[in-house]
Amino acid sequence: MQEISGIKNPRSQTAIGHVAKGGVDISHGPILYLEDISVSFDGFKALNDLSLTVDAGELRCIIGPNGAGKTTMMDVITGKTKPDSGTVFFGQSIDLSRMNEPQIASAGIGRKFQKPTVFENHSVFENLELAMKYDKSVLKNLFSKRRQSQIKKITETMEMIDLVDQADRPAGLLSHGQKQWLEIGMLLMQEPQLLLLDEPVAGMTDDETEKTAKLFKSLAGDRSLVVVEHDMEFVAEIASTVTVLHEGSVLAEGCMEDVHANERVIEVYLGR
Amino acid sequence: MQYQPKIEPLFSKLGWVGLIGFALLTLLVVPSLYLMAPDGSSFQISSYTVTLVGKIMCYCIVAVAMNLIWGYAGILSLGQGLFFALGGYSFGMYLMRQIGRDGQYQSNLPDFMVFLDWKEYPLHWIGTDSFLWAIVLVVLVPGILAFIFGYFAFRSRIKGVYFSIITQALTFAFMLLFFRNETGFGGNNGFTDFKRILGYSITDPSMRAVLFGLSAFFLLFVLVLSRILIKSKVGRILTAVRDSESRLMFCGYDPIRYKLFVWTLSAVICGIAGALYVPQVGIINPSEMSPANSIEIAVWVAVGGRGTIVGPIIGAAAVNGAKSFFTQAFPEYWLFFLGLLFIFVTLCLPFGIVGLLSKLKRKFIKSKTES
Repeated sequence: MQEISGIKNPRSQTAIGHVAKGGVDISHGPILYLEDISVSFDGFKALNDLSLTVDAGELRCIIGPNGAGKTTMMDVITGKTKPDSGTVFFGQSIDLSRMNEPQIASAGIGRKFQKPTVFENHSVFENLELAMKYDKSVLKNLFSKRRQSQIKKITETMEMIDLVDQADRPAGLLSHGQKQWLEIGMLLMQEPQLLLLDEPVAGMTDDETEKTAKLFKSLAGDRSLVVVEHDMEFVAEIASTVTVLHEGSVLAEGCMEDVHANERVIEVYLGR
Repeated sequence: MQYQPKIEPLFSKLGWVGLIGFALLTLLVVPSLYLMAPDGSSFQISSYTVTLVGKIMCYCIVAVAMNLIWGYAGILSLGQGLFFALGGYSFGMYLMRQIGRDGQYQSNLPDFMVFLDWKEYPLHWIGTDSFLWAIVLVVLVPGILAFIFGYFAFRSRIKGVYFSIITQALTFAFMLLFFRNETGFGGNNGFTDFKRILGYSITDPSMRAVLFGLSAFFLLFVLVLSRILIKSKVGRILTAVRDSESRLMFCGYDPIRYKLFVWTLSAVICGIAGALYVPQVGIINPSEMSPANSIEIAVWVAVGGRGTIVGPIIGAAAVNGAKSFFTQAFPEYWLFFLGLLFIFVTLCLPFGIVGLLSKLKRKFIKSKTES
């Protein structure tokens, strides 16, 4: 338990929104529990009794062929899709299946979409400002003034994602890779405990991919990351544990070498 | 050195000049010329002109309110005419009470109630003889209706064209309701024949000047208010609702609250505009709630330029100016013209008149710097 004691008390001082009061209880180790989750769309079972736990501070990679249910799983965790059955818990005590998207986000789960999704008409700075951990109610934002400490924090994030010189540019004019970075930056501004990243390096140059890998590795430990990715090189570079999804449930789980050697995984990926 | 975000001024220099010029013109020059210019002088302004401009300014207020929800938050409401009419009816009740015994039948009740053989005021008319209560109603009736309707619509995540259709249905349903005599709002004749406000004659030039000035003042107020709102963080959140609602939700914002806030605010502004409108035109009836009326409001904003500062005002003024001209010169062609105008603007001027002007300005500056 020692290694996670550092984040045991992540937001007791600055509770935001209407949800996070006590913070995430990770006293038993895992930060995310999925148990027997099933989701079906018009009879098609997107998730089939999926069970998965992610430990606090872990960097988990999820791989699997198209249609394996990776994105649906993220939808369930973030409240976009309600599971037909099963339970989703954030830490020991927060039942995510009873919450909507903004509540889940305020509780400390950040999500990056598969297609980079930023506010195209807002500048880079404004994008990060909107994502910043802060009271998200109407009244509070109506009279809020930018504080120097906030500008400083946003600038630090801009430096981290290499977009300081683009600060005033509308996000819609950024390149694909820069948009990906901006969205990652927005995620960081939210200061979530758990980051869900759907194909974060798609469309990035090798250089950018390498930097992203470094960034993710530095984040793990303090925060927990779940990364869905097709780029196997990238997965091999960052992951300690890899989970393989297939037809809506877990096919294999373990370190990269084990998973690679798993016969069923080879079968699924290469076909019979 | 640390990065500092640029702080945009509330209005540009030209904007301030325009605002102050407009304020001087409408609050000082026009009323004093109207009241004091001698008969036959070339500075004389007719009651007709004052009433027409006053009426158009009320439309401009509605356009600014429409721009708030459509231009910035991306909610295309085709039911703003309903809130406008409800504000008008709320104040109209007071105006009816002020007629007193001067009606056709010399009764304490309005003529239409005498006609229906009613002996006393129905329940919802209680307190409407008080000016203050009338003002409260003008704000609350559109506000509460918008809040309740918006709450259920936004909570059910009704968006885009579906929302537009439901708002059309809403205003249509209310129109049918108000057409009925039993509703107690004068049926298809509505309210008219107003005599007084606060005891002063409504046709008196000084009363006309006051109503004109109030409309101008409220238009300026709403314009500045909407500008402050859009420049605030809430304004940036509202445009984020328009551009990417799901991203906003995953940032932890509840878009329902923001939409509900701006939607209700817009309805209240429309209601107040309606209350200023009714005493100036002297009539309110259910046709104000007709679906076509609400669509016209969207046309004003589209023509002027949605999401721009003065676009909606220019659009409302231009379309209504053209309307008064056309309905006098070629009454039967007005609707064709309106339809053509909307098609033309949608196809050729996606940002309306203001968009066109700023494009020309950019071109002009470019050619100047090149030569």
